[in-house]
Amino acid sequence: MNHRARTALFLVGGLGLLCFYVWGLHGLPGFGHYPGPYGDLINSLTVFERHATDAVTAVNFDYRGFDTLGEEFILFASVMGANLLLRKQKDDREEDPPLDQAEDRVVPPTSDAVRVTGLALVLPIVVFGLYTISHGQLTPGGGFQGGVILASMPLIIYLCGDYKSFDHVTSHVLSEITEALGAGGYAIAGLISIMFGLNYLTNFIPLGQTGDVLSSGTILLISVLTGLEVAGGLVVLMISFFRQSLVYRKTDEESRGPR
Amino acid sequence: MSQAAGEFLRMLPFLVAAWLFVVGLYGIVTSRHLVHQIICLIVVQSSTYVLLLAVGYRTGAVAPYFYDVPVHTPAVDPVVQALALTDVVVEAAVTALLLAFAVQAHKRFGTLDPHELVQIKG
Repeated sequence: MNHRARTALFLVGGLGLLCFYVWGLHGLPGFGHYPGPYGDLINSLTVFERHATDAVTAVNFDYRGFDTLGEEFILFASVMGANLLLRKQKDDREEDPPLDQAEDRVVPPTSDAVRVTGLALVLPIVVFGLYTISHGQLTPGGGFQGGVILASMPLIIYLCGDYKSFDHVTSHVLSEITEALGAGGYAIAGLISIMFGLNYLTNFIPLGQTGDVLSSGTILLISVLTGLEVAGGLVVLMISFFRQSLVYRKTDEESRGPR
Repeated sequence: MSQAAGEFLRMLPFLVAAWLFVVGLYGIVTSRHLVHQIICLIVVQSSTYVLLLAVGYRTGAVAPYFYDVPVHTPAVDPVVQALALTDVVVEAAVTALLLAFAVQAHKRFGTLDPHELVQIKG
């Protein structure tokens, strides 16, 4: 199909979509008029049923816990797929490495301001990530957000240093283990519920005092496990991409094998 | 505010979502570069965030967190927010997978133009 036919087909389809969409909009309750009742029910029940003050995290890791497990495995599968695609392949080292800069210019070194700011940010980022993961049941946060914050730490080190320092603080094996622990732990947490004679992923830990960090039972546990998986998965992705773009073309046969 | 303007504002977030969806789709259809195509897919997907959050919004309501407000304060729908937040993280990983495909396509065939890639495969 050539370019013109493709665009024409798109325009016809887009016009049809537009007609149906505008038609459908007239049946919607309008922006700012959420009709409920599902969200309202959850909003009024989470504090009493789950002792969690963050309804979003409660939905994610408890009311919709099984769906989130599925989404976690989408994440897991994507990370593994990318990791597999970017592995060192047989003909990788045979490629003639193009130098990553123009021949008559040198790459300017990272400025001191960037280095100092970046290094000063490393510890706060780790603390903030752990805080976000562990307080997800109380205030906005949880495993997904905190995991991403944690995973940005090695990236900051790469930005204010170089690939060597990034390679130094990350470990492919450890990141993969972390990711697998997170994903597997989530599924196992559901199985433990079954061992207690409950439905899959039903809460089996005492709910604790509303407002405490150690409250809301399995929500906290699953939040931490999700944080592990997201952080591990994103670091695995970074390592794969960095190796693919920086290392594999440059090294020869014996210096670096796939771990 | 006139009646027509009120009606328009009532629809605006949904129209923004539709615009993002269509404009991203247009980018995918007409793109000549795989990375550009993947970015367009992200644009399409971001329309779902706008749609989800617009569906659950309630004028004057608080965010669904009851740490420092009483439990029965009117709040927006937490379900769509939970959907949007998992979507953001999962999308990042799926984008990485697609970019990995693009990297390999470039290594194998030396081009990132989807039209040329089709011709190579015959």
